[in-house]
Amino acid sequence: MTAPEIAEEAEIRFENVSKHFGNPAAPFVAVDELDLEIDKGQMVALLGKTGCGKSTMFNMIAGLSAPTSGRVTLMGHDPFKEFDWFRGKIAIVFQNDRLLPWRTAVKNVELGLEMLETTKEERRERAIYWLHKLGLAGHEDDYPHALSGGMRQRVSIARAFATNAELLLCDEPFSALDEITSKRLRMEFARLVRENGKTAVFITHSINEAFDIGDRIVVLKRPAQIAHDIRLDAATSDEEKEAIRRMIHDSLSQ
Amino acid sequence: MSVQDPSLVPFPSPGSLVARRVLRAVMPFVVIAAAWQVASQFFPGYLFPSLVDVFWRVLEIFTSWSAFSNVLATAMRILGGLAGAFVIGAVLGFMIVQSKMIDRFLSPILIFFQGIPALSWVVFAIIWFHGTEFRILFIMIVTTLPAFTFQVVGALRGMSKDLLEMVMSFRPKRMKFYKVMVLPSVLPEILTAWKVNLGNASRVVVVAELVGSSGGVGYQLLQQQQLFDMTGALAWTLQLVFFVLLFQWILTLIETAAFRYRAVSERNL
Repeated sequence: MTAPEIAEEAEIRFENVSKHFGNPAAPFVAVDELDLEIDKGQMVALLGKTGCGKSTMFNMIAGLSAPTSGRVTLMGHDPFKEFDWFRGKIAIVFQNDRLLPWRTAVKNVELGLEMLETTKEERRERAIYWLHKLGLAGHEDDYPHALSGGMRQRVSIARAFATNAELLLCDEPFSALDEITSKRLRMEFARLVRENGKTAVFITHSINEAFDIGDRIVVLKRPAQIAHDIRLDAATSDEEKEAIRRMIHDSLSQ
Repeated sequence: MSVQDPSLVPFPSPGSLVARRVLRAVMPFVVIAAAWQVASQFFPGYLFPSLVDVFWRVLEIFTSWSAFSNVLATAMRILGGLAGAFVIGAVLGFMIVQSKMIDRFLSPILIFFQGIPALSWVVFAIIWFHGTEFRILFIMIVTTLPAFTFQVVGALRGMSKDLLEMVMSFRPKRMKFYKVMVLPSVLPEILTAWKVNLGNASRVVVVAELVGSSGGVGYQLLQQQQLFDMTGALAWTLQLVFFVLLFQWILTLIETAAFRYRAVSERNL
């Protein structure tokens, strides 16, 4: 079997990818022969119910786990085997803020830049720039325990943007926050991604969140297979959006 | 009867708060000292010497270089032994965490070592080795090594998986990973390990010096026993206790500086 034709602009590619866990004789299939392409500059929401394989896909994109069969490539490289090649090219915003408790807010934002061997002055300057951009001026030297949940998640977003990575991966980053804070942060996040021309993959189980964030919504069914692949743009009317929303809802309810 | 508004009750001044804290810390020792002093009035001096005599003997040791060098020698042996055990224990701990095979091989050996009494190691060291300092260093290392190793293993295994994955997502180089993630994560357990092992080491070093040395606090204690001099025995013991307290205080200072990021709850356990 020959590999399918590869489009130059594809940033992330899943080619016939499966991921199995447990006993090889009777494995748990988390991802089943999945094909997916995400282009540069796209903001994609991967939407699915809990346990549908979203996080497994996320870990494979992040290079934290390898597929059982098939091939995952990012920018033409294997994120698991060529782990170090992606230094500075991928940044992740996790479900919980995952700030290092022994570092102040500004030092947490500097973390990714430290891996890139940037100078101390430049690190500091960029970290403060992003903290201020995310409304955290005056909190630079606060330790994480002194910040609210929303502020901590802002620091983790600042940490991701500060590295200027081409690809942003987000694993339900606002799910632990209250609805108002969550809505405000994801709108802010979407604006920053567009302003800075990033490619973003956003994992969520919330239909509202997917609509707020994505210009493309990939609905997954268990085991991770594509149920719907929807592209939204400025021309998509409210009626069409409502129809899509109902279709996704029905699909997830099955 | 007038009832005072609680909001009008003045807060205690910082000075009186410090005084209370000092009093609380000192009180147990004052009680023990008072009980000892009372006992000294009723028993002969070779059983319960007066604390005044003990104080002058402590001062005498402290001000005489030939005497105080024994205390320093013991302190250096404790620190040298602990440092050696810590370095070896840290290396073994990392190896155990990285390889299940090494874990299965080394852990039973270390557990077996833990079961061997310190005095047995003293005897083995006297039979096996000639040099006094090497004997003591050997005894200090083998008696504290298992605890250090297991504490390093526990600290490494207890690292947050979430934080570890977060740091790994930035693709750090190995040395950078240890610097930004591993060291700060394991530091609390490492400092606790030093505190615990310091107490153990101060007991073991005395036994080692008692049997296999011609200097140090242990050797001096043996001299006091032969002279039936309880004042001297107490004075030398207190020298060692002071050293342990001093080193514990330094470790606590490091802890306070290193863990200032920790949230402090207003409610105690």
